[in-house]
Amino acid sequence: MTTDVQANPAANPAVDESTPLIEVKDLHVWFELKKWGFSHVGWVRAVDNVNFQLKHGEAIAIVGESGCGKSSLMKTLLLLNRPHKGQVIYEGKDISNLKGKDLKWYRSQVGYVQQDPYGALPPFMPVHRILSEPLVINGVKNKKEREERIRQAMEEVALTPVDDFLNKYPHMLSGGQQQRVVIARAMILEPKLLVADEPVSMLDASVRVEILRLLRKLQEQHNLSVMYITHDLSTVRFFSERIFVMYAGKLVEQTHIEKLLNNPLHPYTVALLTGTSVPDASNAKHLKHVPPGEPPSLVNPPTGCRFHPRCEHFISGKCDVQEPPHLEPLPGHIVNCWLYEDGRTSYPKVASE
Amino acid sequence: MNDNTLLKLEDLVLYFKTSRGEVQAVDHVNLELHKNKAVVILGESGCGKSSMAKAILRLLPRNVGQYHGKVLLEDFDVMSLSDEEFRRQVRWVKMSMVPQAAMNALNPVLRAGEQVAEPAMIHLGMDKEEALDLARQMFENVGVPVDFLTRYPFELSGGMRQRVAIAMALITKPQLIVLDEPTSALDLLTQANIMNVLKTIKWETGTSYILITHDIATSSELADEVAVMYAGQIVEINDAESFFQEPLHPYSQRLMASVPRLYGDEEPDFIPGRPPSLLNPPTGCRFADRCHLRFDKCDEEPPTFIVDGHPVKCWLYEKNHQAVESAATGTGDAS
Repeated sequence: MTTDVQANPAANPAVDESTPLIEVKDLHVWFELKKWGFSHVGWVRAVDNVNFQLKHGEAIAIVGESGCGKSSLMKTLLLLNRPHKGQVIYEGKDISNLKGKDLKWYRSQVGYVQQDPYGALPPFMPVHRILSEPLVINGVKNKKEREERIRQAMEEVALTPVDDFLNKYPHMLSGGQQQRVVIARAMILEPKLLVADEPVSMLDASVRVEILRLLRKLQEQHNLSVMYITHDLSTVRFFSERIFVMYAGKLVEQTHIEKLLNNPLHPYTVALLTGTSVPDASNAKHLKHVPPGEPPSLVNPPTGCRFHPRCEHFISGKCDVQEPPHLEPLPGHIVNCWLYEDGRTSYPKVASE
Repeated sequence: MNDNTLLKLEDLVLYFKTSRGEVQAVDHVNLELHKNKAVVILGESGCGKSSMAKAILRLLPRNVGQYHGKVLLEDFDVMSLSDEEFRRQVRWVKMSMVPQAAMNALNPVLRAGEQVAEPAMIHLGMDKEEALDLARQMFENVGVPVDFLTRYPFELSGGMRQRVAIAMALITKPQLIVLDEPTSALDLLTQANIMNVLKTIKWETGTSYILITHDIATSSELADEVAVMYAGQIVEINDAESFFQEPLHPYSQRLMASVPRLYGDEEPDFIPGRPPSLLNPPTGCRFADRCHLRFDKCDEEPPTFIVDGHPVKCWLYEKNHQAVESAATGTGDAS
């Protein structure tokens, strides 16, 4: 790795707003399964052939169930996992194999908001120390500057009055406040990318929206790029423009959120949308139409389309044999499904209903 | 009380002793549940909803400060029973429970089938063969493949474990099942599947449910009635139809407004502030500090008013509605 990665990337003439911030090419994240600790017995294909670009200031949501590989994908962006194959390109530079100082620099460019705020905060550190840690590690030696940046970050996440919170330990804060500390910590190095892993799923309904709004505000103010990972479709539209639906290690549908909500194409997306409840008393009167079964094991994923064993539009001899192509039945609406091979542009109604 | 009433709580109180004083987790709760109905207890974390479940089933921790009131199960006050009698006659015989995070509530060293069969052996006096046969039936009812009977919990997925826990609660054919956050740790589609299972069981066997949850959207999948709990008290009881359209209590209204929806232009809102400490709850309305409709009278604790047959604890409804002091004074015909 050349040394110029370490330098301030704003000074890098090759980088401008048109270069995507993150580009993921042919990404495979596989984990090796070993027997007795050394002999190879197989791979867990957590992320399989994923491609996308994330622009400056853009928010993308990745939706999928647990075990679909969304966390593995996210951890690869944070370089907590290394790609098995393929590349992660950050502002035009391949970062898949960064080490040492370069790695440290890259991590200062990426903020991470964890799912469970209480688990993510060290219980024995007061807020002040939690927030100064990243600054110390990244070489902000001037104490006064550190204090200033901590205050600024806390004000930005509305942990005010700042003095009331500086000396509190995580257990003295409510869930929403803990999550604000986590966000402040992620933001304190002024990253360009924020990775938020189910940032509101552990919080009470009444504060979820507050945290989502805060994240959106930060995104707009700092022109941040955000990867928002969730299983809850109903929170996505208040946050991001594009949405990727992930199933069993693959992206199955990629489009703008409104297009997805109004015209979902992939059978799995349709199932997710039907499965999402809206508060309505009539829900109690009928059963939900949900696909049977559970997501497959990623050690031996089904051949062909990975959703085919649960799909009601399963085409025998095709879906179970050949991997579905990357189709774009409508402009800007990408789906990996054989149903759309013949130019169909909407999801077929199910005859039985 | 009419024949249709299965369970009635009258002034149920459960306080915990702590080093800093008494925590008023369940504070004079009145609730009525009819046969083959499901009542949802909605509330944020720390509002006392799980404590209420424990109070009903008498699964109490050691630091109980106060525990009194009436739990009438078909007109019989089970609070009058001794712990041993309660265990023999009520728990798992008349009412059972699916605990919170049921996925982790299973015994890791027992096979799933044996765990499900155990209550039948203890409470119905079956021998192992019979009980396992019954367990097999229960597995079919909740949609677990029967060859999972011999599996250990770690060999099952989260959704399957949750189903096993439901099967365990069902095996003694109780009239009432208390479900404490049965789907909150599960994936969306698994959640929907479990809700389908619970619905089918309710329709087919006539079981009643108390569903404890903070998830308003999912709760609507099962609810006949909704009771909203805030800071240890029930602030509103309403039928599902009216509640999901027009909740009465300001807290319920704000809670409903905080639910993000898939369609429509309405942007969800949040409730500023946080619930009061249950060590020293405010003397007035406990929601007053966060309430957008607060007025002077809110500094006094509101009694329960009956609005169109629905009890609401809010001064807003004082004008045209008569207050019910408590069930003990005999005006508890809320239904």
